[in-house]
Amino acid sequence: MKRAALIALPYLWLLALFLVPFLIVLKISLSDTDLAIPPYTPTLDQGLRAFIDGLDFENFAFLASDDLYWKAYLSSLRIAAISTVLTLMVGYPVAYAMARAPEEWRATLMMLVILPFWTSFLIRVYAWMGILSGEGFLNQFLLWTGVIAEPLTILNTTTAVYIGIVYTYVPFMILPIYAALDRLDASLIEAAEDLGCSRLKAFWLVTVPLSKNGIIAGSFLVFIPALGEFVIPSLLGGSKTLMIGKVLWEEFFNNRDWPVASAVAVILLLILIVPIILFQRNQQRQSEADQ
Amino acid sequence: MNQTVFAPWDDPKEKPLIRFKGVTKRFGDFTAIDDLTLDIYEREFFALLGPSGCGKTTMMRMLAGFENPTEGVIELSGQNIVPVPPNKRAVNMMFQSYALFPHLTVYDNIAFGLRRGDMPKHDIADRVDEMLKLTRLEKFAARKPHQISGGQRQRVALARSLAKAPKLLLLDEPLGALDAKLRQATQFELVDIQEKTGTTFVIVTHDQEEAMTVASRVAVMDEGRIMQVATPEKIYEAPNSSYVADFIGDVNILTGTVKPAGEGLYQVHWSEGREPNIAASDKNFSEGQTCHLAVRPEKIAISADRPADADNALQGKVLDIAYLGNLSTYHVELQSGKVIKAQTANTRRVSRRSFTWEDPVWVSWTATAGVLLDR
Repeated sequence: MKRAALIALPYLWLLALFLVPFLIVLKISLSDTDLAIPPYTPTLDQGLRAFIDGLDFENFAFLASDDLYWKAYLSSLRIAAISTVLTLMVGYPVAYAMARAPEEWRATLMMLVILPFWTSFLIRVYAWMGILSGEGFLNQFLLWTGVIAEPLTILNTTTAVYIGIVYTYVPFMILPIYAALDRLDASLIEAAEDLGCSRLKAFWLVTVPLSKNGIIAGSFLVFIPALGEFVIPSLLGGSKTLMIGKVLWEEFFNNRDWPVASAVAVILLLILIVPIILFQRNQQRQSEADQ
Repeated sequence: MNQTVFAPWDDPKEKPLIRFKGVTKRFGDFTAIDDLTLDIYEREFFALLGPSGCGKTTMMRMLAGFENPTEGVIELSGQNIVPVPPNKRAVNMMFQSYALFPHLTVYDNIAFGLRRGDMPKHDIADRVDEMLKLTRLEKFAARKPHQISGGQRQRVALARSLAKAPKLLLLDEPLGALDAKLRQATQFELVDIQEKTGTTFVIVTHDQEEAMTVASRVAVMDEGRIMQVATPEKIYEAPNSSYVADFIGDVNILTGTVKPAGEGLYQVHWSEGREPNIAASDKNFSEGQTCHLAVRPEKIAISADRPADADNALQGKVLDIAYLGNLSTYHVELQSGKVIKAQTANTRRVSRRSFTWEDPVWVSWTATAGVLLDR
């Protein structure tokens, strides 16, 4: 009995905080927009029969017919994928250096990676606006050193979005890779060298395959939130960057079209289910390998 | 038939495969290896034996190329290998942890080194099959390292390090992770494989029994220095210092001063005024010199009465009996309080043995039983 209650607890949690909100969003996505409070129809007050009759897939049909939406989805997928690769390229060397650092330094280095989380994410993204803008620190510095003659336009471009995403999510990439590299037995690298590998070859043939699970975990931890990212593209990306998170926000707050916004959210969730399942399987396989 | 004994170290014309010349290795202000000179010959099974921290692993890592000597030269076939990186040396190593690649199968682990060269594909396959056969692993070729037993992993590690047919194979505590029974079987297997392949083996171990079983010569090390290099029999029967005598096997060490007694015989006098012992030695000792007499327990007899013809006999009482099954070791306390260990074979059943605790007994040994040492 006690055992059943213990197992039920996380399921209740999931039910209350994930499934119920999702069902509400799903219900709204099947409704029609209306000038009322709440701004959609039908509602349950109209009786169950009338409520069910009022639901339809109109909004999903609309999403398919207007190319803004699927372009936004594709653009989000591309930006998330490219940012994930960039984050990996930045994060892997950092994780590698941390794992190779002297034992007494590692806790400090780990602290430094986590440190940015101590201030608000919003403030840090705003700070990047100050760095990347036309008169920002970066341009002033580059002009001062004479590398460039004209200020670079970085803010309000996709480049700024990449910088923002890489900066924000790099700790999520570093930590799982560091965990994998930290467990790596140094004698494996020596064995590879002993058997005729150069340092670089030993890295490719031993270190990279053995940190594969860390790379996969880190990539999903970056890709999944980056796909629906709203704050970074809206603050750093300007109007030219098309991302589904921004479209969603505009539908909700500018158009007040809750049903279409909900439909966008439902499809985003369906797209995310695939990488989330892959991520779960990777985690499971890793814990099996550890046993 | 003229059967020659394998002893290249006694042949002045023989060129050593490996030569340490005045090698010193320091880590910071810690000296791991202190001005060491050593020759190892082709086809030898050479054991580096010593307690942990004696520098034996450092020597091995210098041979593999993972450490460079602070001073001195290491030669392989007459060529200085100090500047050669590990991946360019004709030396392979079997790691203490085995260091098998967990993401590769047994087959791919063994093929790993071969694939780094420019060997044609079918030659690699042939060589791997040969290695699998040599180590009796054919059935496990497709398994991953975590799917096989410890003994099998040990054999994979051996096959992998032998696959490239190195001039020299280094084995770092190769049997340390195996249980006692498997270890004994594997020791003989190692010797077999070494003879079959004709590779020179250098093994690092802290287990003296293992070193004695497998090695053609043993180097006993202490604090970065080699104390003695000799065949296992010489190390055991004729140690050159009380350190070596004490490190290898069980020994009684009696310290006194010598007085020559003619014809290579010496009297050893004790401080407490007991009658002197007689010991034979072909070394020269001057009168009054401090010396250590090392006598192995199995060379000491134990009896109820004073044996008439013994060169040395001392009286005491049985303090303790260590029953080892086939043997018993008697700890006999002399009148001076010194404890002597004497070992006898258990030819009778325990219930019928002649001595028990507190029995007065005599321990005796011949003049040639002990080794007289000056340090």
